[in-house]
Amino acid sequence: MAAYILRRLVSTVAVMAIVGIFIFLLLRLAPGDPAAIIAGRSATEEIIAGIREQLGLNDPMPVQFLRWVRDMLGGDFGTSIFAGRPVLELISQRLEPTLSLSILTMILAVTVGVSFGILAAWRTGGIVDRLLAAFSALGYSVPVFVSGYFLIYFFAIRTHWLPVQGYVPIDSGLGPWFVHLILPTVALSLAYIAFIARVTRASMLEVLSEDYMRTAAAKGASSYAMLFHHALKNAGVPILTVIGISFAYLIGGVVLTETVFNIPGIGRLVVDAINNRDYPIIQSVLILTSGLYVLVNLTIDLAYTLIDPRIRY
Amino acid sequence: MTLLSAPVEAVPMGRLQLSYLPRLARRHPLVLIGGGLLVLLIILALAAPLYAGDPVNIDPFKRLEPPSAEMWFGSDNLGRDVFARTIFGARISLMVGLISAACAAFAGLLIGVIAGYSRSFDNVVMRVMDGLMSIPTILLAIALISLTGPGIGILIVAIAIPETPAVARLVRSVVLSVRERPYVEAALCGGARLPRVLWRHILPSTIPALMVQGATVCASAIMTEAGLSFLGVGVPPEIPSWGNMISSSRLYLAIAPLTIFAPGICLAVTVLAVNLFGDGLRDMFDPRTRRRR
Repeated sequence: MAAYILRRLVSTVAVMAIVGIFIFLLLRLAPGDPAAIIAGRSATEEIIAGIREQLGLNDPMPVQFLRWVRDMLGGDFGTSIFAGRPVLELISQRLEPTLSLSILTMILAVTVGVSFGILAAWRTGGIVDRLLAAFSALGYSVPVFVSGYFLIYFFAIRTHWLPVQGYVPIDSGLGPWFVHLILPTVALSLAYIAFIARVTRASMLEVLSEDYMRTAAAKGASSYAMLFHHALKNAGVPILTVIGISFAYLIGGVVLTETVFNIPGIGRLVVDAINNRDYPIIQSVLILTSGLYVLVNLTIDLAYTLIDPRIRY
Repeated sequence: MTLLSAPVEAVPMGRLQLSYLPRLARRHPLVLIGGGLLVLLIILALAAPLYAGDPVNIDPFKRLEPPSAEMWFGSDNLGRDVFARTIFGARISLMVGLISAACAAFAGLLIGVIAGYSRSFDNVVMRVMDGLMSIPTILLAIALISLTGPGIGILIVAIAIPETPAVARLVRSVVLSVRERPYVEAALCGGARLPRVLWRHILPSTIPALMVQGATVCASAIMTEAGLSFLGVGVPPEIPSWGNMISSSRLYLAIAPLTIFAPGICLAVTVLAVNLFGDGLRDMFDPRTRRRR
């Protein structure tokens, strides 16, 4: 077990190192002078030279890379070129809306997706199963910025039930905060509900056809006990895996959702950063999100042994 | 991002013959529905100049008009014909989606086959693939595009690169299982050279899995293109594309909802067609579902 954890940690560090090198080289190997790219088309020679000096671009590449990694490990993610403030400060200011949206989306996707999947597997070919098949085909195919505008049109513009867009910080009251997040959460979670429900259904179907399920039924176990005590526990590993993957992939959808609903989160920070060519921000968000992805995957791999004692490494 | 990928077992290709089509329709209607819809969309897009109006003509006197006989879906905020733009937008969306999916499939196939056969290459390249996979698709594409500025060429590259690792992983896993099969060993013993074995004996077994994954990648590529264009970093704004249309009309949702719904529905239908086709292919190639029928 300890050997496995160690091996897993080493490969995690290796992957992060590769991501780091890749992101580092992206800007350096791009056609043209990185300082000129950052400065924009109308910059003078002095401004470009200043940026080059500020970023330490005159040093050899390995030195630049090691300095970059050292600074990041010390919590210094560089300074935004446009705002002139530390990147980490800018990111932490935008963290609340993004986290609120992500967490609500995961709660909705997991509860609805898992229950949908269990019901569909319980009565294969039944009405829930057919509904799920249709819904999941749609859930995969409608991008969040299309479903988002449909939801806004029908639930905000036409009926005035919910606010059209915007974000209210949690400090200003739980009610307004929640009401503003309903539409974005629903729009963003559709694809994840479809994904989680499909995997839950497949995983449950596999377990339900096992011999011990027949034994449980023969003993007279109730449907509830069969589904939740006997089946769900054994179907848990794949379900947990997809929940982890979904969470890690969420950030891509968050970027689009925040733009549709005008939520001032990290996604909007990135989009604004592209328009301003604020490379330190793009670079930091990339490395932080992929770090999160790797961390979530690591946690899930290690959590397998906790939910399924049969798994031994 | 490949949410749909599922393990697909390698099967011989003998079943893919034309005489199989009628049975295909009966057993796997999804393949025909999705594929047919896709072919229809491609024909509609290619024939756009024959029946749709001018997608870029600006008419300041006809801004945000409701649907009429002249402009079936009304006009947008610059007085452009929404129907024509939607139809012409299909061209760019399908083109970018198909080309980047083809690039990703080809690159993934190449990397996967070599990685499946060479230990040293495998260790290095698959770690790089793991790294690429850990960066969210749309963010990686944004970072790549932010280097050169928007353009069709960089867009295709930026969509293909994040999709490649999933293809490579899948192809590699198929190759790893096939290379141990007796017929590969027999071919090698019989004196066939490695490139020939790879080409004649190993490559064909990866095709079913590659086709299923290709459909997934294609759906994802079309969505990524639209998403990037929606964010303003994809297709240059002067070219009509579904993402651009939604982005430029978003302030007029309350007045002229069709300016957003028309491209949005077309986008969803296109992705749905590709997904149905891919789902159908997976059922068709999956020995488990085949036995059940």
